[in-house]
Amino acid sequence: MSIPLKIISVLAWRNLWRNYRRTSIMLLAIVVGVWAMIFMNALMIGMVDGMVKGGIRNLPGHAQIHHPAYRDDPSVVNNMPAPAGDLLKALGSDGVLGWSARVRVPAVISSERDSRGVILLGVDPVREAGVGFDLSDLVDGRFLEAADDTGLVVGAKLLQRLETRLGKRVVVMSQDPHNNVAERGFRIVGVYSAELDSQEETFIYAGRETVQKMLEMGSAISEVAILGQDYRDLSVWYPALEQAAGSGLEVRDWRELDAFLDTMLGVQDGMALVLIVIIFIALSFGLVNTMVMAVFERIREIGLMQALGMRPSSILYQVLVEAFILLVLGLVLGNLLALLTIAPLESGIDISGIADGAEMFGMSTVLYPALRAGDMVMASVIVMVLGLLSSFLPAWRAAHINPVEAINKI
Amino acid sequence: MSSVSCKDLSKTFTQGDEIIVGLDQVSINIEEGSFVCLSGPSGSGKTTLLNAIGGLDKPDGGEITIGEQRVDQMRKAELADMRLHNIGFVFQAYNLIPVLTALENVEFVMQVQGRAVAERRPAAMAILEEVGLKGMQDRLPSQLSGGQQQRVAVARAIVSKPTLVLADEPTANLDTKTSAQLMDLFVELNERRRVTFVIATHDPRIMAYCKRLIKMQDGKIVADDLQQPAIAAAG
Ligand SMILES: Nc1ncnc2c1ncn2[C@@H]1O[C@H](COP(=O)(O)OP(=O)(O)OP(=O)(O)O)[C@@H](O)[C@H]1O
Ligand SMILES: [Mg+2]
Repeated sequence: MSIPLKIISVLAWRNLWRNYRRTSIMLLAIVVGVWAMIFMNALMIGMVDGMVKGGIRNLPGHAQIHHPAYRDDPSVVNNMPAPAGDLLKALGSDGVLGWSARVRVPAVISSERDSRGVILLGVDPVREAGVGFDLSDLVDGRFLEAADDTGLVVGAKLLQRLETRLGKRVVVMSQDPHNNVAERGFRIVGVYSAELDSQEETFIYAGRETVQKMLEMGSAISEVAILGQDYRDLSVWYPALEQAAGSGLEVRDWRELDAFLDTMLGVQDGMALVLIVIIFIALSFGLVNTMVMAVFERIREIGLMQALGMRPSSILYQVLVEAFILLVLGLVLGNLLALLTIAPLESGIDISGIADGAEMFGMSTVLYPALRAGDMVMASVIVMVLGLLSSFLPAWRAAHINPVEAINKI
Repeated sequence: MSSVSCKDLSKTFTQGDEIIVGLDQVSINIEEGSFVCLSGPSGSGKTTLLNAIGGLDKPDGGEITIGEQRVDQMRKAELADMRLHNIGFVFQAYNLIPVLTALENVEFVMQVQGRAVAERRPAAMAILEEVGLKGMQDRLPSQLSGGQQQRVAVARAIVSKPTLVLADEPTANLDTKTSAQLMDLFVELNERRRVTFVIATHDPRIMAYCKRLIKMQDGKIVADDLQQPAIAAAG
């Protein structure tokens, strides 16, 4: 015999609204719980996303190509030829947004007043602007104009440390491949600011050709930094690039270049799950309680229905359907509420006031909550599945009462 | 199908230290098409016997057979199916599902049986009219008097065309005229469709309808008499 679904649903629906107050409170709890799961998750994604993007900006790029020894010893000796042939073609493939061939060597910068250890970047400004340098970070002067530009762009903090100004000359010293000291005078043409003071103090930008000439390295470079579409998915272009680079060069994606960022991303996914489970446990107590009360309250009718010939399994379904309706309503409203509250925040929340220490961890002071369909689905599925599981106990009890005893309960 | 036979049925209840005898070695044979009254003082075991026959409460010992089926050996789901398809119940204490209207309560058993609206709706409306509740089909039980509720319960018990009706004080809340109408309905079903009736009652006016009167006391059958129904079915 089939399950009398129609009457089961009618009974479940009407019984749900019989105790209007209790059902509304439970519904509210589910809505708030689901909303909290999704909202907190969106905040966390925003936070980690900001952190990863910041990290990628500093690397820079989603992937880099180096001489195999460069990452252990980033000296000018461990250089590589500028991209050509197959590699150049791979860099031009669809998924690649931009790439920059850079010279990157340790150096000392001296003003009349002070000198500091820095990292000298020789870049082609047109390419670099899309990858490692954000033109909007420029606070004074101009960025480099060509690969043979003889100007220097430094961080605001460094400028302060060196007690010098825009337009002044400084001397940059490094080593050429033959272990000779190479030095050159530069005029400071631009000043940039960065999220981190340490960044402003570390990186100085000069024209690539100017630096190559100064270090006598011909057309060789230190690295190629590549920026793709989506940092979570490099599969479109990365494998081809790796192949084109061949065995003589080392190609690494951002996860390998910065293990911390990779860990953060993993932690975020784990945290999301932990959060969902914690909120759900709180919810499930309420849900079990509600269903136990709902069953207890109408134990006589349940006994009556069994006495009239409704199978225990149908009684079980009836309680489960009731929980199901409650969960569906709660999930729909909770998801809707999450959509409505997160959407206006996606343009960013300024957390600089409450997060002074945040930038220490490489976090931006603007948080962009991100709503992801996958997370909404995951939260909903978890709540539904666990919700039904926890309603199973009261439903089971309802199905296994003794009808005579139940009918005679007062 | 719906002869009922009980052999050596016993049932005790414990309440604290006290052991209460519900049924004490009860044996009866009720043939198909019988119209039987169970009488006896309060606490004599009438309800306990009806519950045992309907498979609602397992006896401690003895055998119950309805038709060819051993009720005392059936599983829960089988018992439920047997009740659903073969037995019409009127309970003594509590009969209607509060969230369903009178009409829906009458249709309940048919709906669980899986019968289509087109079939069950007219049948339910007709029977409601027969028990004198025309126009009250959309009221909830809480909007009906005790007697009206009782009549809805009776309507539900017979509308699904059971072969056995177990009715526990079906007329307790009814005035003489209404209870006579219900009894006429029972007698008519009994004679026309050979539905077996077992009715527990204190009411001598009800007993007068029965072809067989079983008296109980302290869980035992103390008298079992065939009688000529004093009141014949109307029409
Ligand atoms: N669940 C129970 N627990 C304890 N005792 C019970 C239970 N059910 C019935 N009894 C006892 O069993 C005996 C028979 O009860 P039963 O309900 O069958 O009587 P009855 O003949 O239907 O009485 P009434 O005419 O008042 O309805 C009574 O003494 C009653 O107290
Ligand atoms: Mg009784």
